[in-house]
Amino acid sequence: MSTTTNGSGADTSTEQGALLDLIDDQKTAGPLLEVKDLKTYFDLEAGAVRAVDGVSFNLDRGKTLGVVGESGSGKTVLSRSIMGLVIAANVLRQGSVLYDGQELVGQNPKRLRRLWGREMAMVFQDPMTSLNPVVKIGRQLTEGLTKNLDMSKREAKELAIAGLRSVGIPSPERRFDEYPHQLSGGMRQRVGIAIALACGPKLLFADEPTTALDVTVQAQILDLLQQQQRERFMAMILVTHDLGVVANRADEIAVMYAGQVVEKAPAADLFAAVRMPYTEALLNSIPRLTDPSHTRLRAIGGRPPDLIHPPKGCRFSPRCPYAQDKCREEMPPLIEETPGHQFRCWFPVDVSVTVPTPAERPAVDHDAGSGRLDEPALKQTILEPPARKDD
Amino acid sequence: MAGSGTAHLRAPDAALLRVENLVVEYPSSRGARVHAVTDVSFDVLPGETLGLVGESGCGKSTTGKAVIQMPPPTAGKVLFDGIDLAATRGEELRKVRPRLQMIFQDPISSLNPRRRVRDIVAEPLVIWDEGSTDDRRKRVVEVLESVGLDPDASLNKRPHEFSGGQCQRICVARALVMDPKLIICDEPVSALDVSVQAQIINLLEDMKARYGLTLVFIAHDLAVVKNISDRIAVMYLGKLCEVGSPDAIYSSPAHHYTTALLDAIPEPDPTQRGREVPHLEGELPSPLDPPSGCRFRTRCPRAEEYCAQAEPELREVAPGQFVACHFPLVGTPVDVPATRADSAPIPAV
Repeated sequence: MSTTTNGSGADTSTEQGALLDLIDDQKTAGPLLEVKDLKTYFDLEAGAVRAVDGVSFNLDRGKTLGVVGESGSGKTVLSRSIMGLVIAANVLRQGSVLYDGQELVGQNPKRLRRLWGREMAMVFQDPMTSLNPVVKIGRQLTEGLTKNLDMSKREAKELAIAGLRSVGIPSPERRFDEYPHQLSGGMRQRVGIAIALACGPKLLFADEPTTALDVTVQAQILDLLQQQQRERFMAMILVTHDLGVVANRADEIAVMYAGQVVEKAPAADLFAAVRMPYTEALLNSIPRLTDPSHTRLRAIGGRPPDLIHPPKGCRFSPRCPYAQDKCREEMPPLIEETPGHQFRCWFPVDVSVTVPTPAERPAVDHDAGSGRLDEPALKQTILEPPARKDD
Repeated sequence: MAGSGTAHLRAPDAALLRVENLVVEYPSSRGARVHAVTDVSFDVLPGETLGLVGESGCGKSTTGKAVIQMPPPTAGKVLFDGIDLAATRGEELRKVRPRLQMIFQDPISSLNPRRRVRDIVAEPLVIWDEGSTDDRRKRVVEVLESVGLDPDASLNKRPHEFSGGQCQRICVARALVMDPKLIICDEPVSALDVSVQAQIINLLEDMKARYGLTLVFIAHDLAVVKNISDRIAVMYLGKLCEVGSPDAIYSSPAHHYTTALLDAIPEPDPTQRGREVPHLEGELPSPLDPPSGCRFRTRCPRAEEYCAQAEPELREVAPGQFVACHFPLVGTPVDVPATRADSAPIPAV
């Protein structure tokens, strides 16, 4: 019988009881994270901003959930709300977040703090601003190790240098004593990842980790995250605005719009059969290398709605090319037609019907409020008489 | 690999902009020099869009700024409409400026937050004392409409009341108001969401057609550059690697660096999951002390000893496709001299 450090054997009772009373290591079945109807509203003078408005999902151990949406869709607030980073007097946080069976909503910040770093950690978008410019990299790395894991300074330094090496930083011993400004953007993001991984979290939030980086460095950082995730059997929530980033790297993808999940499916299913017009529009707006140059991009007109006064009915309806009267009146429920594939639309994109639209509408109106697709859906799937799928 | 050479330049009188042997260097501490741009040449025909692509620090923005003489280059010629801007100073240079505009990466920080949109867009007209107040207002309304903003709703607002995409539209309007011939777009969509990015690219295409513009489009995303450009120049560490048509560069890249850039683009297609593409490793070497010979050799999978000795020059490997590489993916490799000859010229094209 082999006893691992985690004490998988029943007889090796937990030495670090204080640490592990939070998390029951035996319970490896069941999802690591269960989010149910999570709401996060910011109470401002102008009204309540519904940044996250009833989001539910499960995340299994070692899996990746990609959260995709435009700026202002609530995707960043979602991950911060799950972690409990947005607790303030004017924030209303409702619903349920079960981490390993433990309720996090309403939990007192002191107990939450014991989870941060050790159980869940975050890699932030901007490696320039998420590191403290006047503190050496080494100290920023060892802070968590000495405070959370009660390591001695020497142990922490050894582990931190090993951490820097594992994220691909050359000569980590030298970098340990350097300041953030002495590193390039890509290297800084590697440090950000090393800090997040230092205490061995089981759940990693990566909030647009590559948006501030070049494409070549982006590929390196995404590869690094994937490799670390595999090695540590860590679950990850990868937040991005680019469907291309999550396509090959997420097990499941949740598309967010105006604080809600509007489509959620395993990655392969989503790309094989997009049902929500918003997801389709997002996909269409990405320039493809396979298209000849000067291929007109199908941009989504307008911008995400005001979250204080979201539109009545479907929140995407003002920008949706397929919107009907019903869409403007009634909010569509999140329905699950095929197992695992949920979407929120009265008239979903039908994968079986492909009717190229004959008429080409003039694409002149770029007005922000007009809410039309820049270009008419040319070779797109279109529902003829809108036939409702369910019920 | 990155090299010099002018083989890719077209007839001098055909080009609206012709940059020859551009060098930009900055002094650094202890007498060292930053070699930001070293011996870069390119030209842009009227109505053409040239895409300038490369990683951060490759000198693409510096090149764009050197064209508009902000700051002027250390050496080289910048021929715009037959005038060498690099040799022009003061009032003469100022007179050329209205025909030469620039759009910047961060739309929000490139607009003065204290001023109203009407003043921001009208400022060039005021500086050049164009028309009466009434004419100016008409002109401002006209350009705002053409960039897709509602003049009535936006004239009296300030930049913070707009989203990033709308701010970029305001920047485009400001650039258009003087009716320029050439616009240098320095990463105009890098700070925007994909959905808004598509709007701005479409807008630039529309404006180009409507006002007969010539564009130099600088970006690090080859997919974006491919979409908008008629010709692409790939830069690496202050030098050009490859010049050619977007389709040629995509379907048969000749330079190993171009291939690496192409491989790095995330494709929205999960069927490629598990396909492990070896991504380009390491980072750009320091421009303070660039590698000898070909500048890409330190990261190149194909590099040989010869690459450290001789610098490759741009040569035509396929019709209209030029590459600065000793061992390109398209065309024939150069003959490596048997004996080492440090200053031996590269075999002619």
